[in-house]
Amino acid sequence: MDVTTFIQTLVKAVALGAVYVMMGLGFVIIFKGTQVLNFAASALSMAGAMFMSILISDRGLPFLPFGNPIAGPEGETPSIGVWLGNLIFTLIIAAILGLVVERLTIRPMIGQPLFAMAVITLGIEFAIRPFNIDATALEGRSLGVPWGAEAWTWADALIPKSYVAATIMALIAGAVVFFFYRSRFGVAMRAVAFDQEAAMAQGINVGRVFAIAWALGVALAALAGIAYGMAPFPPGGSVSQEIHPVLAFRVLPVIVLGGLDSVIGVIYGGVMIALAEVFAGQYLSQYNSVLGSGYSTIVPYLVMLIVLVVRPYGLFGTPEIRRV
Amino acid sequence: MYRRPLLRTAYEQDAAILPTYFQKVAMALLILATILAALGAPVLSAIPSWFLGATWLNPVTNMITLGIAALGFTILVGVTGQVSIGHAFFMGVGAYFAVALGGSGDGIRECVPFHDNIGLVDQAGVCGLGLPMWIWLPAAGVSAALVGMLVSPAAVRVRGLYLAIATIGLVFIGLHLGRMLPEYAGDFESGRTWPELQIRFWKEENPIIDMASDGTWFGLIHLSEEQKQFFFLIALFILFAIAAKNIIRSRTGRALQAIRDRDIAAEVMGVPEQKYKRIGFAISSFYAGIGGALFASYNGRVAPVQWSLFLSVDFIAILLIGGAGTIAGTILGTIFVELTPEVVKRFTEWLGDQVAGEGIVAALANVMLTEGSGDFGPISLTPASPGWPMSVFLWNFVIFGVLIVVFMIFEPLGLFGIWIRIRNYWKGWPFSY
Repeated sequence: MDVTTFIQTLVKAVALGAVYVMMGLGFVIIFKGTQVLNFAASALSMAGAMFMSILISDRGLPFLPFGNPIAGPEGETPSIGVWLGNLIFTLIIAAILGLVVERLTIRPMIGQPLFAMAVITLGIEFAIRPFNIDATALEGRSLGVPWGAEAWTWADALIPKSYVAATIMALIAGAVVFFFYRSRFGVAMRAVAFDQEAAMAQGINVGRVFAIAWALGVALAALAGIAYGMAPFPPGGSVSQEIHPVLAFRVLPVIVLGGLDSVIGVIYGGVMIALAEVFAGQYLSQYNSVLGSGYSTIVPYLVMLIVLVVRPYGLFGTPEIRRV
Repeated sequence: MYRRPLLRTAYEQDAAILPTYFQKVAMALLILATILAALGAPVLSAIPSWFLGATWLNPVTNMITLGIAALGFTILVGVTGQVSIGHAFFMGVGAYFAVALGGSGDGIRECVPFHDNIGLVDQAGVCGLGLPMWIWLPAAGVSAALVGMLVSPAAVRVRGLYLAIATIGLVFIGLHLGRMLPEYAGDFESGRTWPELQIRFWKEENPIIDMASDGTWFGLIHLSEEQKQFFFLIALFILFAIAAKNIIRSRTGRALQAIRDRDIAAEVMGVPEQKYKRIGFAISSFYAGIGGALFASYNGRVAPVQWSLFLSVDFIAILLIGGAGTIAGTILGTIFVELTPEVVKRFTEWLGDQVAGEGIVAALANVMLTEGSGDFGPISLTPASPGWPMSVFLWNFVIFGVLIVVFMIFEPLGLFGIWIRIRNYWKGWPFSY
């Protein structure tokens, strides 16, 4: 095992973990706030990445009379400032999408069983996904990442700028969630997660908690989708028709490992799953003929199944108290 | 009072498969109509071309194979209350055991996994023993049930959404196995050929009952290939539906329902929870395996990618749209979910032919489709064209998703719930209750 390969593998694992953590935080915020497991995360995250691509590459929608005012000069790669500006703009649009989805489909279902809510999100996934698939065209849509696939070199190891950027994005997202969690509103959200009726009786606006949880959750999912679209990640700097539609399903092991309702569990789970996946992909590749190509993508599911046998509520999840 | 639907005067009545007189008559008429329609009775089989058209037998037969798997899903999710999204995985297990035993292959040595890597044979081959159907069809069910038992130690420990996620993991692991084991699955993109629906005694040349070509059955009646397969599969479906109903109304079924309603309470009452959850998984996987094998066999050629999450979600939609936990609801749901895409497809094709005409239909076609005057329609008739307008194939997914959401919000009991409401309305008519 040489050091260069090890460093490169580690950086890759950390970056993948960062994407997993962002997506997982989106899941957990929605689950804590509204008791809904968001199976629509894949479609919503891809829709977010699509918005980014529309803003930065198409410079706005074709049928609108005005273009995107902050798209930067036409015909050249956007500068970092322009790209970040558009990123924030995209996250706002994604949050609005989350609000709309919550208002139309989740709000009428308050008080229904968990399974019914989860299935509604599956329906949303199916309703949104075709638009994504249709709009990505066959070769994918560019996300206009300013640094492309460039990399720094450190001790002979290539450290792609995108990996560092993804990690920084995850740190910022984690910090935002942390402060949000500690704020007055976060306390309200935890109260709602504990008992919706009791929270209501204490004067907490449960509807607003639902709305904000969905806005934040969808924005985080969109951020994860965009981060995974940056160059050395498999989609290669674009929104991919093959990879983005299943991205959130790959994150399910992460939230199960951490426990569906644990924010800190997502961070541990994301990093652990990413380490297992990337290191298995790197260091078991001589057994490729037996394990099959792409075996590293099922490592998370195997880890998840083993953890579930030992701890049915994940590592940090709250065990359900069962009474007759 | 007499013949009120919920009035039971004896336990036998409560446990009957078809408790009311009306249901018995309706079922008999339905079966009779199905048989006559499949035989080509002039009134019944004249289905308009904007609905399913003259070739309706093909999608309906395909639906029946999935219906058998849906029965198993109802037993697991609707009756036992264990939410699983891994049904497609068990269908795949059954289908691949069926093709390994019944399909045409290179020999028995090729059935050893990784035979070309460990040097058993010179070059990679496909496993297939060419055994008759009376072996491969039950084997498909039994093998899937055994695999279900194998994963059940993990499955009975987790509950609720954790179980749903764990079973999603099964689907992805299954897809990877499909890529990893080409000796069973064939090429990942194009798949391999399944044995045809033919009943042989052993490997003789001429099958006893041949369902893969036109011919005369029992020297009495001349049937086409599609009709034969339809009759065979619908007979199997009725058999399995009665079996499922019998499981539900037996001691096992009552235990499963007790676990669904409250697992701890069931345990307190002396129902061994883990054992019956395992039984629930095994029964459900058995149905899935049979359904998967028949589905693959009917379609002839299935690629590993088809045993995906979409197929599993189909069953969730069947359960929800039909109405959870009842056989009648499962049948309604299967018809609705599996035929809707076909109807949408036929309807748009029919609209495409109407563009040139006049009147309301042509106007509607102009608005809906990109063809004709004014290219603003949302539906494109060219398959797989990226960009707006979308193809019918993709619109079908949108309709499917919206249907699930709408049903969950407005009618959580599904089509069965609508039927109950209609029945209750007429039961007390002209009074409101």
